[in-house]
Amino acid sequence: MRLSYRTPIALFALVSSALLTAPALAGEWQLNMTEGVTALSQEVFSLHMLIFWICCVIGVVVFGAMFISMYLHRKSRGAVADNFHESTVLEIIWTIIPFAILIGMAIPATKTLVKIYDTDNPDVEVLVTGYQWKWKYEYPEEGVSFFSSLSTPKDEIYGDADKGPHYLLEVDEPLIIPAGKKVRFLVTAADVIHSWWVPDLAVKRDAIPGYINEAWTRVEEPGLYRGQCAELCGKDHGFMPIEVKVVSQEEFDEWIAERQARAAEIAEAAKQTLEFDELYAQGEQVYQQFCATCHQPEGQGAGIFPAIAGSPIATGPVADHLNRVINGGGAMPAFGEQLTPVQTAAVVTFQRNAFGNNMGDLVQPIDVVSFEQGQ
Amino acid sequence: MAHGPAKGLSRWLFTTNHKDIGTMYLWFSFLMFFVGGMFALVIRAELFQPGLQIVEPEFFNQMTTLHGLIMVFGAVMPAFVGLANWMIPMMVGAPDMALPRMNNWSFWILPFAFTALISTLFMEGGAPNFGWTFYAPLSTTYAPPSVTLFIFSVHIMGASSIMGAINIIATILNMRAPGMTLMKMPLFVWTWLITAYLLIAVMPVLAGVVTMMLMDIHFGTSFFNAAGGGDPVLFQHVFWFFGHPEVYIMILPAFGIVSAIIPTFARKPLFGYSSMVYATASIAFLSFIVWAHHMFTVGMPLASELIFMYATMLIAVPTGVKVFNWVTTMWKGSMTFETPMLFSIAFVILFTIGGFSGLMLAIAPADFQYHDTYFVVAHFHYVLVPGAIFSITAAVYYWLPKWSGRMYDETMGKVHFWIAFIGLNVTFFPMHFSGLAGMPRRIPDYNPLWADWNMISSVGAFLFGAAQVLFLYIVIRTIVSGRPATDQVWEGAEGLEWTVASPAPYHTFSTPPEVR
Repeated sequence: MRLSYRTPIALFALVSSALLTAPALAGEWQLNMTEGVTALSQEVFSLHMLIFWICCVIGVVVFGAMFISMYLHRKSRGAVADNFHESTVLEIIWTIIPFAILIGMAIPATKTLVKIYDTDNPDVEVLVTGYQWKWKYEYPEEGVSFFSSLSTPKDEIYGDADKGPHYLLEVDEPLIIPAGKKVRFLVTAADVIHSWWVPDLAVKRDAIPGYINEAWTRVEEPGLYRGQCAELCGKDHGFMPIEVKVVSQEEFDEWIAERQARAAEIAEAAKQTLEFDELYAQGEQVYQQFCATCHQPEGQGAGIFPAIAGSPIATGPVADHLNRVINGGGAMPAFGEQLTPVQTAAVVTFQRNAFGNNMGDLVQPIDVVSFEQGQ
Repeated sequence: MAHGPAKGLSRWLFTTNHKDIGTMYLWFSFLMFFVGGMFALVIRAELFQPGLQIVEPEFFNQMTTLHGLIMVFGAVMPAFVGLANWMIPMMVGAPDMALPRMNNWSFWILPFAFTALISTLFMEGGAPNFGWTFYAPLSTTYAPPSVTLFIFSVHIMGASSIMGAINIIATILNMRAPGMTLMKMPLFVWTWLITAYLLIAVMPVLAGVVTMMLMDIHFGTSFFNAAGGGDPVLFQHVFWFFGHPEVYIMILPAFGIVSAIIPTFARKPLFGYSSMVYATASIAFLSFIVWAHHMFTVGMPLASELIFMYATMLIAVPTGVKVFNWVTTMWKGSMTFETPMLFSIAFVILFTIGGFSGLMLAIAPADFQYHDTYFVVAHFHYVLVPGAIFSITAAVYYWLPKWSGRMYDETMGKVHFWIAFIGLNVTFFPMHFSGLAGMPRRIPDYNPLWADWNMISSVGAFLFGAAQVLFLYIVIRTIVSGRPATDQVWEGAEGLEWTVASPAPYHTFSTPPEVR
């Protein structure tokens, strides 16, 4: 069997020409980085293309020399080996030239990096907190906060329904920011390390427990921009997307006002006393939304995630049960921030009475509030 | 002289012979290569199309973790140690390794380490699922119970590596034949000497970081627990202080192999021998001051970002020198393209492509877009698969006739090369595209936007896997029924290893050779 030695040349040409036409193609066969929608993301894109083209030129020169040599200097063409094997001049030349090229790359890279680090004087500030496996967005000035989690149904994931265009990149509540304003993101995490990444904004910052990292953006055009968690954060790392909705300042103000009103309602709701059936029914919903990914829909548990059915905590003292749900423990995340007092009361009531636990007791929202205040 | 190997199993259990131990290292790493490869194929099968079809996310994470750990610590590193065991004494004209009993021990603890690691798959809570970089607190507070066994097995692997490295340094510095000055040593010996120092410097750091994890998990410390006053970023600094030199540990011996093979088949001495030595030493030095380029997004101060960016870019200089030297070695040679040469040329080309993407990743502002995407996966597979795997494969084809006394089938070798070469590129080249298009790494399911590239990658992965089965067949067939090899084996080969008989006798250089 004889194979042409030109095959690698052809293959390389094919592959590199595919890469070179990258910006011309888009859509499903997307080849290249997004240019994004901010001045900074476009700068990052040009930097990326600059380095890419420099690499291409070097590649053509080096591989070109190599392929010429492989063609000309082969024994089958009668080539006789030379014996040169040293040249200090050559070594110095090919040390200095790459060094000079690197300086040419480092200058624009440094300039862009300085801009990325300029997080001063924002118009709006958002505290982004990573949780297993959702994001919490908080506007400290405005006193608004909410969680944002995957909205793609399980049926689509397991192939029982057709996948939508934004499969795994859609959330129940997007982050909303005003157009044309400098928005500073303060990024942190509540459990493990996550990374908040929206390619169109060229913003990627690790969310690390105990740290508050800073990033910023200024998006001129209203629109919807999608991203994902970029740091392995456990089981559902691939299932905690990000949606950023950029709206006009007026829309933003309206939305904030509406959010503030809703927060007041939740505080009010915590004061009411509910019937067992109400709590149980709402608790079941909360359970399926927040708990079932790990503890499983029937409360049977899986692997390191313990069963709720017959669990010593769900059948033990109420205070311990509340403590575990609100503050977490071990691999269990803290849910105190994520659930309203009504939801916490409901899910604890549900867990104590479902899956054959039959404790017969119930927890009221006010119990949750006083537990949290008593901490 | 008539002191041959013992009979039966005890030969392998109690051997202190560098050739036997080298053989065991190589077979062990071959086995681990297949185990790690199977895990990779589980990953690629799940990613063949969007949606969850084959495995659940938890198991997927166990596969990515074990694939990485086994390929790094089980396949690549032991293979290089195996090659060092076989070749270094023969290349420097020594009768054996300097510390033969320790040599036996450093091999025989490895199977136990990997049995422990792989057995975690059957533990309650499953195998480690936090990635081969095992970032805390995912690998501490939030880890499955098997993390303790993982820490234990990493300690054993580290001990094995350190013993191997000590042995190699002692052999090279003490046991060279008269006349074999340092600057006359084959480049494979040089690169391994430098690699061994890297191992001694960083394996204790790895041991330290996993011990800190162990303390956090079982003894109530808070090294990496922010709630207890600790620092999760500290983990990354310590890990990558080990991790970056570690990636050079997996590439420097490859430079040595290729620097032996290209001159042989170009029939021309290696160009710029001394600059190759200095470049290797420079790369080793730089490897200690670039670790935080793996952490550009953790929120370091601007000054640190800049320092690590500049230092990282500098690596391109000595690496470039090496590539230019290899190309110049080929220039005006009289080349033939036997299988070892094909793998070596592919090494130079594909490793350079991996170097280009490495340079792109060094640019911190652009890295914010690349970091933790498939672009990074493409990058490090381009440096590790053609870098480490192809060079090891080239070394096996190059020295197998010396080891076994039999020649492999050239046509089958070439078929293996082309399937592997095409499979590799079909697998990993599209990952550049899916990564640039925004696909994060380590996810079991993804938006259909990236479906086409993933499907191609998966097809390529199975092709690459098939090529390795063929490799196994070729090696076995050579050993069993290859035609006898000459002592010289390759027309253009130079070095002490070619002066002994094929197969190399059980004991070589009991009297030191004369080196001019």
